[in-house]
Amino acid sequence: MDIADKVPNETDRLEEQLLKNLRTTVERVLPIPHYQESYREIGITQAEDIKSIKDFQRLPLTTKEDLRKNYPFGLFAEPMENIVRLHASSGTTGKPTVVGYTRQDINLWAKIVANELERAGVTKKDVVQIAYGYGLFTGGMGLHYGCEELGAIVVPISGGNTARQLMLMRDFGTTVLACTPSYALYLAESLEESGISRDELKLKIGIFGAEPWTEGMREEIEARLGIKAFDIYGLSEIMGPGVALECPAHRGLHIDEHFYPEILDEEGNPLPNGERGELVITSIEKEGFPVLRYRTKDLTTLHYGPCSCGHFGWTMERVSARVDDMLIIRGVNVFPSQVEEAILLEGFEPHYLLVVYRVGNLDQLEVQVEVNETTFFDEVRELEGRQDKLKKRIEDVLGISVRIRLVEPKSIPRSEGKAIRVIDKRNKEG
Amino acid sequence: MLQLSIFLENAKGRLAEVISLLADFKVNLRALSLADTKDYGVLRIIVDNPEETALKLRERRVVVSLTPVWVLKVPDRTGGLAEVLNQLVQQDVVVEYMYAFVEKENEQALVVLRVQDKAIMEKAMKTLNLPSK
Repeated sequence: MDIADKVPNETDRLEEQLLKNLRTTVERVLPIPHYQESYREIGITQAEDIKSIKDFQRLPLTTKEDLRKNYPFGLFAEPMENIVRLHASSGTTGKPTVVGYTRQDINLWAKIVANELERAGVTKKDVVQIAYGYGLFTGGMGLHYGCEELGAIVVPISGGNTARQLMLMRDFGTTVLACTPSYALYLAESLEESGISRDELKLKIGIFGAEPWTEGMREEIEARLGIKAFDIYGLSEIMGPGVALECPAHRGLHIDEHFYPEILDEEGNPLPNGERGELVITSIEKEGFPVLRYRTKDLTTLHYGPCSCGHFGWTMERVSARVDDMLIIRGVNVFPSQVEEAILLEGFEPHYLLVVYRVGNLDQLEVQVEVNETTFFDEVRELEGRQDKLKKRIEDVLGISVRIRLVEPKSIPRSEGKAIRVIDKRNKEG
Repeated sequence: MLQLSIFLENAKGRLAEVISLLADFKVNLRALSLADTKDYGVLRIIVDNPEETALKLRERRVVVSLTPVWVLKVPDRTGGLAEVLNQLVQQDVVVEYMYAFVEKENEQALVVLRVQDKAIMEKAMKTLNLPSK
């Protein structure tokens, strides 16, 4: 985590600037009882008590649970009259987490997203079709305001209604598509059946995020839609989409300077650059809902320094998995993205479902994969050969035995937002 | 001749669904065989217009492939098939799978053969001059 690792000459100046920024956030959250109490316990009563990055790293982490405990507005740092917008997470497992933005926060967010889109090659001449959900979810509006800031032509179509998405994509001459990667794939698949040919479309850039996806999935989407796909990262608790956007040189996702990232191990200890762990973020300059050392539950790796694309600062690797997505099967950690990678490498389509169930006391993992014209063979022996190869590849990666089930095309439900990759039947069966 | 090979998930009613689909297309099934495994089956059928039928099935999201097969006329008597097969073996033909059907009009037995090596089979057919369709 030490900036000194990479740029010794500038270390002092950069570290001083970073500390100053972090202190500003500490100062902003200190009046909030939740932070005040926990900071007092470790002897921090004022921002000046943070004298080094090490001091900063002593500050307790903020979790989603903390946000829930302080539902709805308990962690806001501004009086409600200064808040101009609320967003909330879906809250599938309990109360939603609510975030508030001041006017300046909204402007800042728009500027961050606009800068990033510009770096990805989006210009004011582009027609951006935003197929992220609009509403309490930050995806739609986050991209929307960023595109407007940039001056691009926004098509706020939101998610769903695939046939209409494709029609307008053609008729409006959409050049940029923003949605989840799984929905992009579904749109590509639907395109093949819609009677609209790819040549009629002007698509060139895709801004995809809000769920973990693999490099193989990117290649698949890029090939099918004939575009350049960029991974956008963000979460509502930090700001929304735009915390980081993939570099045009594909050297990871560059984190915007308004966020300070750390990588921690499972016990919460800081890990050095290049090591994989949980991403923790502190916002800088955010007013309404500043967060300090927020645990994102996303697993990634950090790097610091200059990039060939011109960016200087923090870069995170593509989020390959979320802590929450991790399945523990027979004591082994399993991430859906590992299975996705194997499926793509074996030439199957990236439509899959992991079904976990229990036989007796033993966990079983069934991987359902769709068969298509290229993976189907008339001879059962060949088909089983393909199946066995996939089985072996997945088992090599996961270290546990799996059962492969080939299913018919389109039998695995498609998603217009975040894809469902796992059905865990173990809890229901007790 | 081209055979239609269709992937079928082992789900209740799926076979009936696909067969009904073929009925809707007014396709007459001249021969049929079903290979089954634990999770799925491969339905193999001989129809009059395989290419056209395959297109229609694809439109309905059925996974289908066209597989080259040979349909041989076999004397409908004891030992008829054995004779034919023995001749093929002598020509180094390796059979992957086969199934038989009878045509009513001329009371003829027919076997559908899928072989490992198409070129060897072509050569064998020429050498042996076996009656086929």
